[in-house]
Amino acid sequence: MAKNKTILYAAILAFTFIAPFAFPAFGTQLATLWLMIIVALTWDMTGGQMGYNSLGNIFFYGTGMYVAALISIGMVYDIGDYTNAAGGGIYKFTDLQYFGGLALGVLGAGLFCSVVAVVIGYLTFGLRGPYFAIGTLGVAIAAGELVSNWDWVGGGQGIALPVYPGDLDTGKIFFYFLFAAVGVSTFLFAKWLYGTRFGAAINAIRDDEEKADAMGIHTLRYKLYTWAMAAFFVGLAGGISAFQLIHFEPLESAYQTINLGIFMVVCVLLGGKGTLWGPVIGAILFHLFKEVTWNYLLGWQWVALGALIVVTVVYFQDGVMGYLMHRYPELFGIKVDEKTREEVA
Amino acid sequence: MDQILGNIGLLFEFPVVNLKIVLDGIMVGALFALAAYGLALVWGVMNVKNLAQGDFVISGGYVSWYLVQNGFPALLGVPIAFIVMWGIGWVVYKLVISRVIERDLFTSLLATFGLAIMMAQILNLLFGSDTQSVDLGYDVLYFFDGFIDVPIAKLIGVLMASALAAGVIIFMKSSRMGQAIRATAQDARAARVMGIDTEKVYAFTFSLNSAICGAAGAIIVMVWVIQPFYGISYSIRAFVIVTAAGLGNLPGVIAAGLGIGALEQYGAHIFGIGYQQAIAVMLLLLVLLVRLIQQRRNRQVLK
Amino acid sequence: MSDIIINVQNVSKSFGGVQANTNVTMQVETGGITGLIGPNGSGKTTLFNSIVGYHPIDGGSIQFEGQEISKLPVQQIARRGLLRTFQQTRIYGAMNGIENMLISLPHRKMKIWDALKTYTREDYERADHLLEFVGLYEKRMLKSGDLSFGQQKLLEFAMALMNEPTCLLLDEPTAGINPTLINGLIDRLKRANTEFGITLFVIEHNMRVIMNMAETIYCLAHGELLAQGTPDEIQNDQRVIDAYLGAH
Repeated sequence: MAKNKTILYAAILAFTFIAPFAFPAFGTQLATLWLMIIVALTWDMTGGQMGYNSLGNIFFYGTGMYVAALISIGMVYDIGDYTNAAGGGIYKFTDLQYFGGLALGVLGAGLFCSVVAVVIGYLTFGLRGPYFAIGTLGVAIAAGELVSNWDWVGGGQGIALPVYPGDLDTGKIFFYFLFAAVGVSTFLFAKWLYGTRFGAAINAIRDDEEKADAMGIHTLRYKLYTWAMAAFFVGLAGGISAFQLIHFEPLESAYQTINLGIFMVVCVLLGGKGTLWGPVIGAILFHLFKEVTWNYLLGWQWVALGALIVVTVVYFQDGVMGYLMHRYPELFGIKVDEKTREEVA
Repeated sequence: MDQILGNIGLLFEFPVVNLKIVLDGIMVGALFALAAYGLALVWGVMNVKNLAQGDFVISGGYVSWYLVQNGFPALLGVPIAFIVMWGIGWVVYKLVISRVIERDLFTSLLATFGLAIMMAQILNLLFGSDTQSVDLGYDVLYFFDGFIDVPIAKLIGVLMASALAAGVIIFMKSSRMGQAIRATAQDARAARVMGIDTEKVYAFTFSLNSAICGAAGAIIVMVWVIQPFYGISYSIRAFVIVTAAGLGNLPGVIAAGLGIGALEQYGAHIFGIGYQQAIAVMLLLLVLLVRLIQQRRNRQVLK
Repeated sequence: MSDIIINVQNVSKSFGGVQANTNVTMQVETGGITGLIGPNGSGKTTLFNSIVGYHPIDGGSIQFEGQEISKLPVQQIARRGLLRTFQQTRIYGAMNGIENMLISLPHRKMKIWDALKTYTREDYERADHLLEFVGLYEKRMLKSGDLSFGQQKLLEFAMALMNEPTCLLLDEPTAGINPTLINGLIDRLKRANTEFGITLFVIEHNMRVIMNMAETIYCLAHGELLAQGTPDEIQNDQRVIDAYLGAH
């Protein structure tokens, strides 16, 4: 069994390395797939493992974009002047400035989002259930609206970043591997985290927070740390996206509440909430569905996506992993009393 | 910043401006209150939090707008939107809502969020993404040397909203269905034991909510503009109002609706019209925060 | 004062118009077993909830180890080592017995980097040992939600012990437990008190159980303290007998 697992992981890793070269036409889509995996995995940290269903994790994605962009620009030019010129093309970046800005910007985005998660979490984690979901959604919408009114960071026009200095195809592969690296790290981090006492504690919060309180578990602290960890990876992903997209604006690409913001939730539900592989599987399925509808359902793709959300939520909420777990509990090491099994069957 | 201070200064220099803002706020708030009342109704009776509330409103607006485009008189749009949206609400209930009632709250929230995306996109495909409105062609009344302008259309809108609210209140108080709805809201199991067909009550309640929203939307299209993607902000406002007022508290909902309307108008006046969406959402966060602090004092959380 | 662990002074609590506790004063001695009895609706569980922080109190003071706790939230009180079990048992139904035990490790003694470790061999051994102590070792791998009510109650007790509290408030530990197992449970409660040194404060309806266990007993009726004393004194107190027979 352990050997099989090693082979599986090795195969996935090998595919990760080969994919962009084997399917060069799909470079950007593959990078986006990793982005979906990252946001789904991090959403599941709070949503699936801790029971706090946020609708506002996209806030960290958008904030990550802005922080990364502002750091990389601010290191070289005055930000106000830069955004005022809005892609006038007069601002040049050397290779060192570009890659240095990218590295510091992306890292800074992750760290900044972590800190912000703690601050916002301190206020919102007193909210439970639907109030938490709506409250976080409110944070994300408010951030988008405020940023689009903030001229210093480009207002509704957004920000245009410098273009990748090499040729176009290397650029695609470069960003693919950035996303893949963050994606693999996120997965490994989550895998490790869920095996620790910390992981058990956030599961306890999900299953019965009042009991966890009564057992003296530092519930608020765990909630804040978990969200900060999730926010870190989303912030990184946002930072990379900013450079990949080159130009982004607040409402449609940064704080895209009804696009990526809800997609990540659907990915997790589709794959199976509260499992390690669920978000990954869900992200792949969802991404496939999305690309297919985008190509073949001209105009109606959004309706199809909305329908997918409704159908997933209403009819298939346990997701792929939930279905497998229910069907073959032994595979997951769950011991069931023979009696209850008969009742289930 | 100077502009903001200037705008605040204006309020003190010309007190009559306050009157205009409050009046505008009350007119907006009356319509918010209708949508919020529907939300509270569905929330209280079947424990479903409907994030597609605003999209029902906008859909109602488009029904009315479409009728006017085809030569119907504008005022007829309101009752027809009520009826059409009743039917749509019933279909939505049967297809989606009836299957999420027994599930946890996040399920209903997410399902209706998906629904909201679908509805907005369908409206976008059918009618395009331009803003639309219906011009009733009535005059504007001026008071205080023209400082305050009250379009007659807005007055008619507020009157229709009040009439609708009054009708719903009387219905809930005196009809057998209204009583059944209230009984189900208190204890669905007890209601079932007493022979109330709760399934029917749920379907009726949701359709009624949809119809109220539709009528509100038909009024909105006469006095402001609508656009396929405006739904979410109406949903958010409805949530703000219900969170502030609590469930099953109709006077509270109306008061909160009018208050939110006025606050928004003040915000728009002070910070500029570009912040209107942001202000609506900030009010939500503010209300949640206030409720949170109240609860923390009771060693409780906001559930 | 050092030998008094919980000091309740003049605590009052009302819900709407209903006065659940009126000027209740009682002390729980360190290291002992103290009982709390009273007819249904006499305010016992309300008092427990006030002590562990589920709702604010209207007046009076509650001290734990000499410090005021009546304004603290639940988890802070729990982290001081004052734990409670629930009348309607609360365990993590989706997890198995071992997982339930491991979650109950005392987080107050953990730094954040301790929390980021995996469970140690000692953690597992302690969990096994305590599950054996309450007689659930055989069932440890089963999903806890599938256990009988009585077994869940024992599991919750074991979880509380795992948390190494200084003081444990038990809300009707024998309710719903098979009568043939009750003697064993009394024995275990006593051993928890003597071997692990945990102070117990117990609400109990079963008179035989409480008279067998407690050194001091307080009796509530209609939210007020009716009587206090040793089991013998309480058993022979006419007011207590009247209260239980409903003679007023």
